[in-house]
Amino acid sequence: MPCIEARGLRKAFGTTIALDGVNLRVEEGRILGLIGPNGAGKTTALNAILGLTPFQGELRVLGRNPWTERDLLMRDVCFIADVAVLPRWIRVSQLIDYVAGVHPRFDRAKTDGFLAKTTIRRTSKVRELSKGMVAQLHLALVMAIDARLLVLDEPTLGLDILYRKQFYDSLLNDYFDRSRTIVVTTHQVEEVQHVLTDVMFIDRGRVVFSCSMDDFESRFREVMVHPEKLAAARALKPMHERQVLGRSTLLFDGVVRSQLAALGDVRTPSIADLFVAVLGDKPGNQAGPAQGAAR
Amino acid sequence: MNTMNTQSNAMPEPSDSQTKDSQINESQVIAPALFTATRPFYWALRRELWENRSIYIAPLAFAALILFGFMISTIHLPDKMRAASALDPMKQHEMIEQPYDFAELLLMGTYLIVAVFYCLDALHGERRDRSILFWKSLPVSDVTTVLSKASIPLLLLPLLTWAITVATQWIMLLLSSAVLLGSGQSVATLWRNLPLFQMWMGLLYHLLFVHGFYFAPVYGWLMLVSGWARRMPFLWAGLPMLAIGFVEKIAFNTSYFASMLGSRLAGGEDAGALSAPGHAMDPLTVFSLAKFLISPGMLIGLAVFAAFLAAAIRLRRYQGPI
Repeated sequence: MPCIEARGLRKAFGTTIALDGVNLRVEEGRILGLIGPNGAGKTTALNAILGLTPFQGELRVLGRNPWTERDLLMRDVCFIADVAVLPRWIRVSQLIDYVAGVHPRFDRAKTDGFLAKTTIRRTSKVRELSKGMVAQLHLALVMAIDARLLVLDEPTLGLDILYRKQFYDSLLNDYFDRSRTIVVTTHQVEEVQHVLTDVMFIDRGRVVFSCSMDDFESRFREVMVHPEKLAAARALKPMHERQVLGRSTLLFDGVVRSQLAALGDVRTPSIADLFVAVLGDKPGNQAGPAQGAAR
Repeated sequence: MNTMNTQSNAMPEPSDSQTKDSQINESQVIAPALFTATRPFYWALRRELWENRSIYIAPLAFAALILFGFMISTIHLPDKMRAASALDPMKQHEMIEQPYDFAELLLMGTYLIVAVFYCLDALHGERRDRSILFWKSLPVSDVTTVLSKASIPLLLLPLLTWAITVATQWIMLLLSSAVLLGSGQSVATLWRNLPLFQMWMGLLYHLLFVHGFYFAPVYGWLMLVSGWARRMPFLWAGLPMLAIGFVEKIAFNTSYFASMLGSRLAGGEDAGALSAPGHAMDPLTVFSLAKFLISPGMLIGLAVFAAFLAAAIRLRRYQGPI
């Protein structure tokens, strides 16, 4: 059974179409990065998966319809939607008591262990913690829940680089065990690249690109082409071309490495490079695409 | 290429994953229905008390104020009691009971004010501070959440107000007795004129059935508005009532809506019999209580309350942060 399966997933807010027939299938044990410009429909897609919004089309999460079976689903699914959604008035100790009280799969010892590595005090209120500490606290709670699917929507937005790195390191080292599934959206694409097993680009409510990271590394090559070889390189039909320090850098899909080595310096592109290649040249996307609100 | 296909991960130890799966299934089966029903409700209720400390701080603060004022007034108590002994029994009773009634009324008023503000914020606050995204990430259903919130003005506040009133009046009585004994007077007149037990039983019924159950549609309406309004739930709760009243007046020159609202807030016709302080629990009172509980006003009110709550639950399903 796939963890998430969607066929023809649609969602419209008035005349704005947030999801325009999304098909996706995520097997258990994967870490999927959902990448897209603002307003692309990422949050809407996640909200549909989490049963926070009704939808059209077919969607199954762990075999259940997330909208009609949400109460049952939430025992197996956990999510961090946005940073700083923990109630500001609550004490750290109260928060842990509460989650331990309502969640049958919560392991308090794990939260305690994780918090011991931070400077968060039990007696503090959430409002007294820094933004980074709130994210740490939320992660400490979520990681102690034995969920089958964890959804993270911009979990590190606005945090400094140290917290961000620590966040994903903890996730990968202390939480992910290859049987759980994680779906994450973020704008800091470079930082999650090494974490992901799969990547998916979403734009204007459609999935425009998807592949596993294994495929990604074998398929795509970026070449900083010697000026005299430019015509030869262009003949190989690059999917994108850009200028870096005055030299043309071309991105190829499925061209053998040996063939490219003669043209210039070859390297594996980052997800961000590919993202720009796939989405950057579309009309209306150059100047920071923002089409409709996704919420 | 709209399809995403991730290869299922080859598990190094398939037997291990099977054990894990069967454990999960087992725990799902074994997880007692009781856990899913009562535990989340209990914790949801605790959450309300953590978040809205005014629920108990406000009545406690007023009780402390009452006691403080009463303590000062006991300076004159020996003189007052001497004067009271000369009055006829009716006046004497009134005079002695007055501060106790006053304490009761003040705490009752506190309850109503706290209840109104609590209801208006109940489903609005969590959307305003975005924490609804956190609450919804846990296995606590909208039904549990809304019912736990509704039980605060309906059950918890009346019971709490009753307990605090009882304690306050008890302390007042002990304080007066101590002062009287200290000045060498008898406490017999004082105790004889304060049928505290009957007062407390009457108060319990009044708080629970009039301010709790009979007012329930009011609380339900306020909660519904707090779950619906994006801004200023206070205005949205009040203005439509005014508007309906005015439109009715202009269109038909009647004021049924206003009088209906007024009678609801006054506690209905039958409530009067129960509200008199110091009412003895004679068979007549029990009879009128039963009559009050199955009166159309009460039953229709509870039905409307249930409808408002159902709407609020449904609304919360759709609502995200504001």
